[in-house]
Amino acid sequence: MKAFTQHRGLVGPMDRANVDTDMIIPKQFLKSIKRSGFGPNLFDELRYLDQGEPGQDCSDRPLNPDFPLNEPRYKGASILLARKNFGCGSSREHAPWALEDYGFKAVIAPSYADIFYNNCFKNGVLPVILSENEVDELFQELASDEGYHLNIDLAAQTVTTDSGKIFSFELDEFRKECLLSGLDEIGLTLTSSDLIKEYEIEREKQHPWVFGAIK
Amino acid sequence: MAGKTLYDKLWDAHLIKQNDDGSSVLYIDRHVLHEVTSPQAFEGLRLAGRSPWRLDTNIATPDHNISTDREERDAGVSGIPDEISRIQVKTLDDNCDHFGIKEFKMNEMGQGIVHVMGPELGATMPGMTVVCGDSHTATHGALACLAHGIGTSEVEHVLATQCLVTKKMKNMRVTVNGEVGHGVTPKDIVLAVIGKIGTAGGNGHAIEFAGSVFRDMSIEGRMTVCNMAIEAGARVGMVAVDEKTIRYCEGRQFVPKGDLWNQAVTYWKTLVSDDDAEFDSEIEMHAEDIAPQVTWGTSPEMVAPVTAIVPDPKDQPEGDRRKGMIRALEYMGLKSGMPITSIVVDRVFIGSCTNSRIEDMREAAIVANGRQVASTVKQVLIVPGSQMVKAQAEAEGLDKIFIQAGMDWREPGCSMCLAMNADKLGAGEHCASTSNRNFEGRQGNGGRTHLMSPAMAAAAAVAGHIVDVRPWLSEGEAR
Repeated sequence: MKAFTQHRGLVGPMDRANVDTDMIIPKQFLKSIKRSGFGPNLFDELRYLDQGEPGQDCSDRPLNPDFPLNEPRYKGASILLARKNFGCGSSREHAPWALEDYGFKAVIAPSYADIFYNNCFKNGVLPVILSENEVDELFQELASDEGYHLNIDLAAQTVTTDSGKIFSFELDEFRKECLLSGLDEIGLTLTSSDLIKEYEIEREKQHPWVFGAIK
Repeated sequence: MAGKTLYDKLWDAHLIKQNDDGSSVLYIDRHVLHEVTSPQAFEGLRLAGRSPWRLDTNIATPDHNISTDREERDAGVSGIPDEISRIQVKTLDDNCDHFGIKEFKMNEMGQGIVHVMGPELGATMPGMTVVCGDSHTATHGALACLAHGIGTSEVEHVLATQCLVTKKMKNMRVTVNGEVGHGVTPKDIVLAVIGKIGTAGGNGHAIEFAGSVFRDMSIEGRMTVCNMAIEAGARVGMVAVDEKTIRYCEGRQFVPKGDLWNQAVTYWKTLVSDDDAEFDSEIEMHAEDIAPQVTWGTSPEMVAPVTAIVPDPKDQPEGDRRKGMIRALEYMGLKSGMPITSIVVDRVFIGSCTNSRIEDMREAAIVANGRQVASTVKQVLIVPGSQMVKAQAEAEGLDKIFIQAGMDWREPGCSMCLAMNADKLGAGEHCASTSNRNFEGRQGNGGRTHLMSPAMAAAAAVAGHIVDVRPWLSEGEAR
């Protein structure tokens, strides 16, 4: 797993609530058997005027001029500022893969759908939760400041503006530790192998039908 | 001390270890795999030199990406025309063969949409933890399972460790009591629930559906309801065990027999919330208030009774909700104030993990019987959820009813629910659909989805526009 400690980056906007995973990465791109290469198709239906297909060279596709992230001022954005319930819908991990491949290291929003939130941590993308008012404030600052950057410090759990305003955010200790150290979660769970095996022995005595049925 | 909820009981029975911050190692009894969210997980296992912890827990099938066209299916995996799709389906076959995982291959009896297949084979049973790289895994909760969707990294985690690292959710109970109206189906009930609590209303919660409406509902109806818990934001939806649950499971392929069956049933009967259990949040609704439902927007919460008009964003306070409605109406090409029944449909899709079981097929067939698809409707796809549903429907002659009505009877798969294969909407086309998501572009770039029940979708196919199916059904015909 990729680590995340601190990040300073250009902020890009996604100013609508309930952005779903179909919007983040449309279904035709889920046919890939790889984990990488989804960046050019992030927000594909909003970003381009034509219909995207997997395997296509996106460099000469017609861009939608009304899609904010296409504006030159947001080129190179690595922090996505978004609205509530970001990432609702399907469990596709292709959504954080696409955000990460595009260059986003973090998302800031008032809330996330549960599965998407969870998937972000597995891919070194930090989903920061700030209040609706705080997110509103950041949107206003972003609108009036070309080249608007934010500074995120995971260990301190803060988002800091260049003018010195500090916003604190909460997250689970376990997720924080995993992300800070870029931990191999499978390896970590496997250190409890003995506990898992003991559980299985005990459980098989109680509920034997759960074991061995599918061959 | 308060009693335990069903969710508490399921959680406690699978908890291996809990850390100070609440993150926990939870044991997984059943892992269902399909072609879209598993290849990167198998690749991860290989790269790390790991193998599956337990083979007999996994069950796989291709569903998302396969053709529903008979001729294309008959040509087998090597006949899948789209090369990228072909590679993905073949990769699932190869991975299952390599690691020794039980797979129901594309044209084998038993194959189907993962959430139709699991329960019908008895691979999912009450009391189990069930996960799958698919958000509609909540469907299995209809059998009192703790079932939810996971991402691909977690698919790899479960393959390697048989466990998930997760945190306990909060308990929500949605109680619906009262008399369900004639022609009102489980789909209408769950759409009404989503309309009430909103698409993020269940975030962070496991929902238990309780009350007389769900007790009276068939197991397949409960699956339709639990399936859409995620559209209310809840990863988990479930219904407590009762006699119907036990009767449903009996005799299925992977369900125990003899003494083991009796032991299992004794345990399963404990899988109900205690009378004094406390829920973090409670929602109550009355069945009498629920008419057939239709979505008019681009989120499942944008739903209205078929008798209503398309709402006006100006009636909402300024904010995200109003902005969302304005955008949705523009995308959907609808005007505020127009009757829902004036929406003309171009295509109809009856299928998906929400509504493709035999009862759904029967419900649609009752409406289609002796009627004809409107000449203005370009296509009506009827896609059974599994090979077993297809065989049963054909044994009952339902396929003939659909074909005589001018509908397409297809091979099992996810099809136009998410349009990964060739079954999709054109830009601007309206679709009466029994699927679960009406997001922008979900059923095809620019496509416009209206979610509804199988009966309502079949009626829309015949009328050529959205229509209240209730007058079409004589008493006793509706479920």
